[in-house]
Amino acid sequence: MGFLRDRYNEYGKGMQVTLATFAQTVKPKKYGGGAATVQYPHEKESPPVRARGVIALREDNCTACMLCARSCPDWCIYIEGHKELAPPRRAGGAPRKVNKLDRFDIDYALCMYCGICVEVCPFDALFWSPEYEYSEPRIADLLHDKTKLGEWMETVPEAPELEAGAEKKKK
Amino acid sequence: MIAVDLPYWAQSLLRVLGGTVAVLLPAGTIVYLFLFKMMSFMQSRLGPMEAGPYGSMQLFAEVGKWLQKEDIQPENADKRIFKIAPLIVLVSTFLLVAVVPFGPDAYFTDFEAGIFYALAVSSVSVLGILIAGWSSANKYSLLGGLRAAGQLIAYELPMVLAVIGVVIQAGTMNLNQIVEQQNAGSMFGWDGLGNPYILTQFVGFLVFMIAVQAELTQAPFDMPIAESELVSGYMTEYSGFRFLIFFIAEFATVGVFSLIASVLFLGGWGIPFSWFGWESNNDVDDWMNIVGPLIMITKMLGLSFLIMWVRFSYPRLREDQLQRFAWKVLIPVSLINIMFTAILKVAF
Repeated sequence: MGFLRDRYNEYGKGMQVTLATFAQTVKPKKYGGGAATVQYPHEKESPPVRARGVIALREDNCTACMLCARSCPDWCIYIEGHKELAPPRRAGGAPRKVNKLDRFDIDYALCMYCGICVEVCPFDALFWSPEYEYSEPRIADLLHDKTKLGEWMETVPEAPELEAGAEKKKK
Repeated sequence: MIAVDLPYWAQSLLRVLGGTVAVLLPAGTIVYLFLFKMMSFMQSRLGPMEAGPYGSMQLFAEVGKWLQKEDIQPENADKRIFKIAPLIVLVSTFLLVAVVPFGPDAYFTDFEAGIFYALAVSSVSVLGILIAGWSSANKYSLLGGLRAAGQLIAYELPMVLAVIGVVIQAGTMNLNQIVEQQNAGSMFGWDGLGNPYILTQFVGFLVFMIAVQAELTQAPFDMPIAESELVSGYMTEYSGFRFLIFFIAEFATVGVFSLIASVLFLGGWGIPFSWFGWESNNDVDDWMNIVGPLIMITKMLGLSFLIMWVRFSYPRLREDQLQRFAWKVLIPVSLINIMFTAILKVAF
């Protein structure tokens, strides 16, 4: 019998796997069957929370420090800003100088989704969003400005809970 | 027997129509059911779903796409030979189907040496493949063509030898009589199932199906068109309509070989004759000419399912493993099978 079992392990198992997958795919959905794929335009895929779909911008946090633009390997982030005087924090103080964003564009035709800009941002202004439906018929239309990047902030999921025993960030 | 006198031209027209249907229908069915759908299901996806209900019109979309494409020939190609090659492959399929019996009277020809003819004609496609590889003026095509020639010749032998077992047992090479022998036969005096040769010739059946798999260059024996090594082998330079002809020929041959295998081993178009008290092919009622083809198509689908199932499950063998398997395993096994069959035939 050892001979037969060896032959089965060699030749039978593979065919068993394909047949099992076949049966699983053919089985109706309500009995837990169905394909592993999604019929995309008709039903939407639900990407994992941490999927790298698109980079979103929280404009209020950005100081136009240019760290992201300089660290981008593709040079696909375009930032322009100017300094503005803001009212002082305490009464009688001197007005504060703040950086205001005039332009924050990401050219998604160039972006390679490395995420270095998200990593490098010291002010939590850039986030990964799992949003993926933003293809354009013209390549130039893939250059998105700060309003569009800001709209994607709504799709950014909540930050996941810290793992047990992880150190809380010091304020 | 049907006694209808048709003029010669009407008979010829019927034969041409029947032949076209018998080649194209299995090809289309196999491509849609197995290549599109079953392969997708085995990979946990749905396959084509957009063209028609469940993608059933996908085949017409594909054919339309291929017909629109430009008929490109390489500059250095041997143009006339290059153009003829796919036709030779397709013609061998049409010649093959000519001997397959679909019912007591539903056959194209009734050769005495039917299976001999079928095996001889099936190797004509090797010529087409070889000259396709040679005339393309492309090293990948040439390598693919040579591999195909080596493989098809190597696997022709075990196929012929496996068939010899059936021929010895049936005592005839006529395919219709092989069907009769199986359905009129009995197993140890019990004739409820006839005597399909898959039981007595199981080794022959295995060898035959493996050899068919290699003859059809389906995985795991698809070295001639190994896409990761040879682009597409002898089909590399073909596009548009000529590629379509190769494609149709490939899957039509799957169907025709399944038909032949079902005739040789599964009782062909027949149902056990004892069910209706028939003695031989001459007693069989006329309605079997309608039911027979349906039975044949069912058996064809079953056997093609087997071929395709193996195709989708196994990775490709290496060239030397392929040759070693043919010469060192299949041929000795089928020779031993012939020997035992002959001994048992004489003993009983």
